[in-house]
Amino acid sequence: MIEVSLHDIVIVGGGAAGLRAAIAAAEADPSASIGLVSKVYPMRSHTVSAEGGAAAVARDDDNLEMHGYDTVKGSDFLGDQNVIEYFVEEAPKELALLENWGCPWSRNEDGTVATRAFGGMTVKRTWYAADKVGFHMLHSLFQHSMRFDNIVRYDEFFVTKLLIEDGRACGVASLDIRTGEMKAILGRAVVIASGGAGKVFPFTTNGMIKTGDGMSLAYRAGVALKDMEFVQYHPTGLPGTGILITEATRGEGGYLRNSEGARFLVEYDYGVGTKAELGPRDMISRAIIQEFEAGRGVPDRFGEHANLDLTHLGEEKIMARLPFVRELAKTYVGVDPVYEPIPIRPVVHYMMGGIDTDITAGTSIPGLYAAGEVACASLNGANRLGSNSLTECLVFGASAGLNALKFSKDTGDGNEAQLTAQAQEEEARIEALRGSKNGEERISHVRRDLNTAMEEGCGVYRKQDTMQACVEAVDQIKARVSQLELEDSSKVFNTEVIAALELVAMVDVAEALVNSAVLRKESRGAHTCRDFPTRDDQNYLHHSVAYYQPGARPRIDKKEVALGHWEPEERKY
Amino acid sequence: MSAAAEQKQKIKTIVITRFDPDKDDGRRTEEYQVPVDEDWKVLDAINYIKDELDPSVSHRWSCRMAVCGSCGMMVNGEPTLTCKTALKDYPDRVEIEPLANFPVVRDLVVDLDGFMDKFKKVKPWIVRAKEEAAKEDFNEKGTYSQSPEQLATFKQFSMCINCMLCYSACPVVANEPEFLGPAAIALGHRYNLDSRDEGNDERNDIFRDEGTVFSCSFANECSEVCPKKVDPAGAVNQAKFGAVIDWAKGFVVPRGGK
Ligand SMILES: Cc1cc2nc3c(=O)[nH]c(=O)nc-3n(C[C@H](O)[C@H](O)[C@H](O)COP(=O)(O)OP(=O)(O)OC[C@H]3O[C@@H](n4cnc5c(N)ncnc54)[C@H](O)[C@@H]3O)c2cc1C
Ligand code: FES
Repeated sequence: MIEVSLHDIVIVGGGAAGLRAAIAAAEADPSASIGLVSKVYPMRSHTVSAEGGAAAVARDDDNLEMHGYDTVKGSDFLGDQNVIEYFVEEAPKELALLENWGCPWSRNEDGTVATRAFGGMTVKRTWYAADKVGFHMLHSLFQHSMRFDNIVRYDEFFVTKLLIEDGRACGVASLDIRTGEMKAILGRAVVIASGGAGKVFPFTTNGMIKTGDGMSLAYRAGVALKDMEFVQYHPTGLPGTGILITEATRGEGGYLRNSEGARFLVEYDYGVGTKAELGPRDMISRAIIQEFEAGRGVPDRFGEHANLDLTHLGEEKIMARLPFVRELAKTYVGVDPVYEPIPIRPVVHYMMGGIDTDITAGTSIPGLYAAGEVACASLNGANRLGSNSLTECLVFGASAGLNALKFSKDTGDGNEAQLTAQAQEEEARIEALRGSKNGEERISHVRRDLNTAMEEGCGVYRKQDTMQACVEAVDQIKARVSQLELEDSSKVFNTEVIAALELVAMVDVAEALVNSAVLRKESRGAHTCRDFPTRDDQNYLHHSVAYYQPGARPRIDKKEVALGHWEPEERKY
Repeated sequence: MSAAAEQKQKIKTIVITRFDPDKDDGRRTEEYQVPVDEDWKVLDAINYIKDELDPSVSHRWSCRMAVCGSCGMMVNGEPTLTCKTALKDYPDRVEIEPLANFPVVRDLVVDLDGFMDKFKKVKPWIVRAKEEAAKEDFNEKGTYSQSPEQLATFKQFSMCINCMLCYSACPVVANEPEFLGPAAIALGHRYNLDSRDEGNDERNDIFRDEGTVFSCSFANECSEVCPKKVDPAGAVNQAKFGAVIDWAKGFVVPRGGK
């Protein structure tokens, strides 16, 4: 028999969203037991890599209406307006709480928390801790979480399946990576906070672990994946590795230059002064590609790049505000930004889409909640504003934790025997996968081909015919995934079997993504289609929702956007 | 690949220490011939082996930008953050072993249980003398006031990525399992220095007693290997001092005003 453990709620993910959910529930009810499952030690979660900041109204010259408007405009009016209003209201309290929990936010001389400028934000409202914001937020949350003895951690446990009984989420089947044993971790509600899926693409700011597992778990359980076609390309990644150079570089006054040395963004009409560099990410990434197409890129061994110039900021400011950027540029491209510009190019960064959630972080399955990058509460619509997502992890992490806890109080335990039997089946499935020879396909090669297909089909600029070709390529890759050859039959810390499971998740994400994209015959936010260059509110002011269909492509439906507060208008900066 | 790029491509011998408790009686090594790229870090070579030559090699990594702390290993005998360290700076033969001073789970993966216990022991969170009052204060005033100077006193010690290189380098960790170790002491000390915190006496008790901070022989090895310049040796020394003074004075200066 496999081991079973019982909790009130189970949380999948130890990043900002999962930790915030766990703390919220643990604090609200010290007698409740919270299971926190993560495939890596929580402090390794990719939240750790966030550099620039977290947004919330903090200054006298700012207000909630302005933060809300910037966000809805950034979303190209595909954000749900009730969700945006809730978010901007909760944001300041969440960031202040984190301060009380020890986060070393950078400070003004008078001892108040400092804020900086960010893309698409009209006022300085991005809180920061130099340029290691995600690192400090994650470590503060993780360290604070340790005071709660009712948070029971399962570090390095990989969730392979949601356990559903009677249409209700009742726990997860989870592989203990260290021992290779399957465990049923049961609870009366489940929160998925497993992060994004940038690894579906070859060139990304995301770490190895961002493979969309949670999206796949929910998708296969019947929950829709919403707005998956919207993939954020960040304008400034390092050529070769894709390592991010934060937008805070431009927030602090940096310039983008083309091969002629010109500040080309001034030409693209995003405003004057440093404001030119502070347009939203979708538009700036397109501007860079247009510069390349006009022959004004700087050639390099990976293709071409533009230059991010910080030299005029001076060493003192760079060391005070952007020390990590300096370390990254020196280590990974051999450039010291105090003296030379940093080569950069657009890079896959963030999934606007994800598990279809509502304002309560709830999903269509009772007892199942989701928060953070894995979820799509429709805060970000067609384009996320930089620094909104760390805050989103806190705001919706907290409500997911609290609402899951509430749900768990009002409901009875699932049928343990039935749920354990499901986990037992999972054990058999994983056992069969270890060292299996169903064909001759190597995991890394299938993954590489998936990456290539997605880059060709779903780039900054898209075309109907290349998207269609990508749909077919993903079909073929899906078939190859059932013909993998695995070489490692050991149970202990078998990372090959994990890679195989992650590959399946990535293919799920890819199919939802490209099949949604090909149907959106307009250009909105990050989805820019050459064949349909303008936004079409008449026909496409709706969310896309993708449903899993075994053995077939997903079914794509439409879902209404919550409007009401701000009238959709042309998006100009 | 262009002819020029091809020419630049060198082959290095990467020797990986292997150990699979399901199959091996003890550690063994395996050699791989890897065509390396001039831009590669050590981690890239291990990933190449995993992807192209031997999928059974087990190692941890994620961010590949020196911030998640997963990828520490011994490289030619030195504790090294493999995603931050250029491969081209090594000779043609590179030996990669799991971090020293930890039990090995498999291949290059070490057991962190002991560290996670020590980590929690130093109470790495803001302690307030009156927790309930602190909550009320929050509702009223929100954030604490903290000057840039107050922030600067502890900021450096908050930069630890828990990569464990310092434990591998530390001669005391090797011999004294109870010793809290550089990263955990630096973390506790970080909170002791934070103007928002009032937990000094609790932590100093731990430092003095079970944590045995006084075992540190100030070999300074930890600070030398730290990829984030946290200077854990400095923290340990300051913590020793703080623990003695605190004990001698028998009180702490009031702190933590909003
Ligand atoms: C380089 C970079 C810089 C960024 N900078 C900013 C910024 O400045 N401001 C901003 O607002 N946003 C920024 N973002 C975006 C933001 O950091 C992320 O969206 C956010 O941190 C995601 O947090 P999360 O908690 O949802 O997921 P993550 O932090 O990715 O955590 C996911 C968790 O889920 C667990 N998990 C995943 N799959 C499984 C599984 N199968 N089983 C068990 N556990 C699993 C993982 O172990 C991990 O603990 C940045 C992103 C990147 C990549
Ligand atoms: S992979 Fe994250 S620190 Fe090296």
